[in-house]
Amino acid sequence: MKRARGDRVFWLLAFFSSLSVIVMFTLLFYELLSNSVPIWKDGMSFITGMVWDPLKGLFGAFPFIYGTLLTATFAILLSTFLGVGIAIFLSEIAPSSLRVIISSIIELIAAIPSVIIGLWGIFVLAPFVRDNLQPLLQHLSFIPLFSGKTLSGLSMLTAILVLTFMVTPIVAAIAREALLMVPEDLKEALYSLGATRYEVVRHVCIPYARQGIFGGVILGYGRALGETMAVTMVIGNTPSISASILNPGYTMAAVIANEFTEATGDVYLSALIGIALLLLLISLAVNLVGRMIVWKWQQEG
Amino acid sequence: MAGHATDKIVVRNLNAWYGDFQALKNINLSIKKNTITAILGPSGCGKSTFIRCLNRLHELRSDAKIEGEILLDGKSVFNMDPVEVRRKIGMVFQRPNPFPTMSIYDNVAIGLKLNGVRDKKALDRVVEDSLKKAALWDEVKDKLNMPGTSLSGGQQQRLCIARAIATNPEVILFDEPTSALDPISAVKIEDLLVDLKGNYTVVIVTHNIQQAGRVSDYVAFFWMGELVEFGKTAEVFENPKEELTEAYLTGRIG
Ligand SMILES: Nc1ncnc2c1ncn2[C@@H]1O[C@H](COP(=O)(O)OP(=O)(O)OP(=O)(O)O)[C@@H](O)[C@H]1O
Ligand SMILES: [Mg+2]
Repeated sequence: MKRARGDRVFWLLAFFSSLSVIVMFTLLFYELLSNSVPIWKDGMSFITGMVWDPLKGLFGAFPFIYGTLLTATFAILLSTFLGVGIAIFLSEIAPSSLRVIISSIIELIAAIPSVIIGLWGIFVLAPFVRDNLQPLLQHLSFIPLFSGKTLSGLSMLTAILVLTFMVTPIVAAIAREALLMVPEDLKEALYSLGATRYEVVRHVCIPYARQGIFGGVILGYGRALGETMAVTMVIGNTPSISASILNPGYTMAAVIANEFTEATGDVYLSALIGIALLLLLISLAVNLVGRMIVWKWQQEG
Repeated sequence: MAGHATDKIVVRNLNAWYGDFQALKNINLSIKKNTITAILGPSGCGKSTFIRCLNRLHELRSDAKIEGEILLDGKSVFNMDPVEVRRKIGMVFQRPNPFPTMSIYDNVAIGLKLNGVRDKKALDRVVEDSLKKAALWDEVKDKLNMPGTSLSGGQQQRLCIARAIATNPEVILFDEPTSALDPISAVKIEDLLVDLKGNYTVVIVTHNIQQAGRVSDYVAFFWMGELVEFGKTAEVFENPKEELTEAYLTGRIG
């Protein structure tokens, strides 16, 4: 009797906690939607609008969508590369003493408040981009991606690097966990066929751990899309659409944080809330697509 | 102790450690070409460690240490590239371990692909040939693209045998290949071992005394990291020289 009652209490508790998450999410979504109604009156032109000039009453969200997707995508590509590399090094190559040290450093980096990383971006990274990377990439200026320049070093490239720095530890830590789950005897089976360490990593470890690694990448992408503080400190906050990552830009999260308190007028406010809604939808879409890919892998066995 | 002409592998004064723990103590024995040598002994006596020294798998463990000499056709394996050693000495593990992310076909072909074989026809031929030798071809020929892990345990183990013979090694090590299998699958694999003897030198670790009696030409009895007795299977089984061996064979210890 008593035990059955305990069971039911536990069940109810679990049920209402899950329910409350769903309720809160629905409320959030509803709140964003209802508060951004004025801006949706023109429908798609808010999303495709290229000009953001609140003083003239022009509210085009595209520069922010562009800046967010561009910086986050480049950052996650770099982070995947670096993070998986670090994870392979940690799980397969490094001697155990080094493993502990590097793992703790990575965890430490992941715990740095983003405003501090932003400061580092302003004081260290931006001058580095201006004095070293910009002159270097000048040689590639025939490629539109590298055609601009700034005097301050505050640019989308700087934001990409800051994001890479923040997201790589996430990817590395999750990929490492996934790689450590690879059964020892599978690795030994390939070694016993005369495989090199590189071949074992490539043909056994990565295929086996790909779901976990991919999960880390999706999580990191979500983080990069939503990161606000550090990005707004280094990206230059210019709502323009430039093909060159050496030019300044702006992101959705950054504009919301910067302009929300000074937004005057219903339309201005609703435009910012509209951007918040779009950011939420993009993050959800990334997560959903990620889940679908993992699900498809699982179906394949 | 000069190696006899038909000695495929000669082991001299072999010692092996995990950290501070010595798992093998001064092992000396020779494995003859085209024979089956069974490694017998109770759990934890160092059988797996011993065969994992032969193909230099033992060294992969970060805390592992090894001393002594292992000669393959008279050449020290420690002077060879481990990759080369392992191409010549294949291995089948205790737990069937096909690569779960690869098809049946790729499980067999992967070794050759690593060796640089790209020709599809050559790969097809070797895959079919190896699966036939492993007595698995008829059961899988219509589903070569299915994952290797979609097979039954016994089939998986035969797939692992096909995988090991596909690269055409000279020696194949078996670490209790039937211990995870049902009796019928086990008999199939025993038959296979005897078939393999014509072309390969086989070393098989087993807990199963009857199995050793059925398939092996030579038997080595290990006890707490030491080689207690080594000789022709018939002689050792009928006339064990050592007290311990007799006790083990009659089931008084083990
Ligand atoms: N990775 C390891 N680290 C530390 N000690 C180990 C390790 N692997 C094995 N040992 C120890 O080495 C000894 C020999 O182990 P081994 O696996 O060779 O035994 P075995 O004869 O194959 O036993 P079983 O029949 O149970 O497989 C055992 O005492 C075991 O505890
Ligand atoms: Mg063993």
